[in-house]
Parts: sequence; C-alpha cells; structure tokens
Amino acid sequence: MINIIKAFINKVLRSLFKKKKNIRLGLYGPPNGGKTTLANRICKDWLGEDMGTVSNIAHETREIQIKEQISIKSKGKELTFNLVDTPGIATKIDYEDFVKAGLKEKQAKQRAKEATKGVVDAIKWLDEMDTVIIILDATKDPYTQVNITIVGNLQARNIPVLIVANKSDLKKADVKKVQAAYPQYNVIGISAKFGNNIDKFYEGLFALAG
Amino acid sequence: MVTLQFVPYHEIEDLGSARRVKKLIDIVKENKIVLLQGRLKKEEETDLISIAMEEIGEKFKGIELAVINPEQKDQTGLKKVRSNFFGMLLGDRQGLTVVGPASIVKEIKQDPNKIELLTKEVKKGKKK
Repeated sequence: MINIIKAFINKVLRSLFKKKKNIRLGLYGPPNGGKTTLANRICKDWLGEDMGTVSNIAHETREIQIKEQISIKSKGKELTFNLVDTPGIATKIDYEDFVKAGLKEKQAKQRAKEATKGVVDAIKWLDEMDTVIIILDATKDPYTQVNITIVGNLQARNIPVLIVANKSDLKKADVKKVQAAYPQYNVIGISAKFGNNIDKFYEGLFALAG
Repeated sequence: MVTLQFVPYHEIEDLGSARRVKKLIDIVKENKIVLLQGRLKKEEETDLISIAMEEIGEKFKGIELAVINPEQKDQTGLKKVRSNFFGMLLGDRQGLTVVGPASIVKEIKQDPNKIELLTKEVKKGKKK
C-alpha cells in the first residue's frame, strides 16, 4: 500500500516537473561504462563545455556531479533538464586493483575510500531522479547482477529508463546482446567518445522525457 | 576451503529489511557464501550493496551477488498464467540468491538460469 502511495506521489511530482520542462536526469551504471564521457558529450553539444574528468582507471567519478539547466532541441521541441552524473555502482572495491592500475598505495586507499562513499551516494540519489539513462559498456556482459539490480530498482520506483549501449565504436561491442538482455527497454547503441549515433540518443531522450 | 551456508526463506521472512540485509552481511563477513532461498526485495538488494560498501575495510572487500529469478520473460499463455499464480502464492520465496565475500568469490556469471561461481585462490601467507 505504501509503495502504491509512493508511486502515485512520484508520478504526480514527475508530471509537475515535466510541465516545467525541468527534469532531473540521472546517469547510472557500473564503473567505466562511460557515464562521464556521455555527460561531457551532452554538455559539449549543448553548453560548449565539459562536465567532468574521465579516466581508464575505474571510479574516476566519486562524487555526484550536477550540471543545471541544460536545454536540448530537436524537431522544434525543447527539453530542459538538470544532468546528474553519478559514481559507478559496484558491489566490491579493493584498493589493490587501483595499485595494479598504477596508483601509489596511499592514493589507491584514498580512492577506494571515496569510491565506496560514491556508490552509497549514487544509490541514495536514485529516489531523486525523474528519468534515468543507464550506461552500459557494450563490450562487456550486460547480464551482471549490478545492472539487473539498477534496472530492477528503477522499475520498482516507476522511473522511466533509457539504456545506452556505449563504446559501439569498439570491435568487441555487441549492442544486440545488450538489447537482448533488456528487451523491455529502448536500448540505443552509441559511442559517447566519438558521438556515433548521438542523434538517435537525443531522439530517445525526447521520447522518454520530452 | 569454501563454506556455503544455506539460509531458508523462513529465517528472514519475518525480519524487517535492515535486519535481513544485516543477517546476510554478517554471514558473508565470516567468509562464507550465502545461498538464500528466494529473493530480497529490489530495494533490499541496493541496501545490501550500500551496507557492503560501508563495511569495506582492510579485510572485507565487498560482495559478489547473483539472483536466479525463475520468472520467465518469454513465457506466454498458460505457462505465464501458471507462473504468475505460483508467484502470487510463493512471493519472494521463488528463486535463489547467492552472496559471497569478494575476497573469496572472484566472479559470479549468470546465464540467467545457471550460475557459475568462480573463486579466488586463497593466499596462505599474508604479506605484511
């Protein structure tokens, strides 16, 4: 019963936000899927500036980053949103992995500490989102428990979801595999780094939140 | 040696979300792999991840988690009705949840009706 009331309130609030055309759009996914690369792509396309730094070492984004009032336009329509880039969600973090990636032990321990807090914050923020884009690395197995848990939680909260199969420029990328894993969602293959298929992504965003 | 601990659903049935999650984390922190009959609620899965993150330290490196859900997305007709009926009767008792310490379980692969659990080699001598 409480869930039904909560879902109803969320729906009403979301419809109010939609009317204002100022929604909170969250970027979620496992570490190193390309969330910040996509955030930078969106910000560069519409604001002419980057949002955050990217790195090959996982958990580069360890704090919630917000870029307010991004307006995108397509086919005479306009959509304004606050973009929320979140730390990658993981179930385990070992500082030794960062040491192997080239960091010094002290830096690695600090990164691990911040990364664990980042995951907790990202999960807390799930309730604050009006619409979510889940960014998955199309070169990796899409059927991991972290991905399933993120998708399931958003479904339980009635939050609209668009799935992006990122890194489609890479040889190993398999967008169809991501689509097959989440057939109930619109899955769009893109390369956030090079901008491949980004127009389709914006169309999908309008269809979801516009 | 890897220890598996089976937790029947009735052991968590009457517990609130926080105590359910704590019970599983406590077992995992004893370096055991939990085989839970049934599933946690979606929100409890994220709570499990959050609590695991908060517990990470020198010895505990987090968890590996996998849930086998018997709900078949491609079921149609009578099979789907029957599946929904049993789902209503059994609720979260259906399926199996596996939670292991990341220091022992390297990876859990799902297929989605099969689980492959890859364990790490246990180091005998710890470096100082």
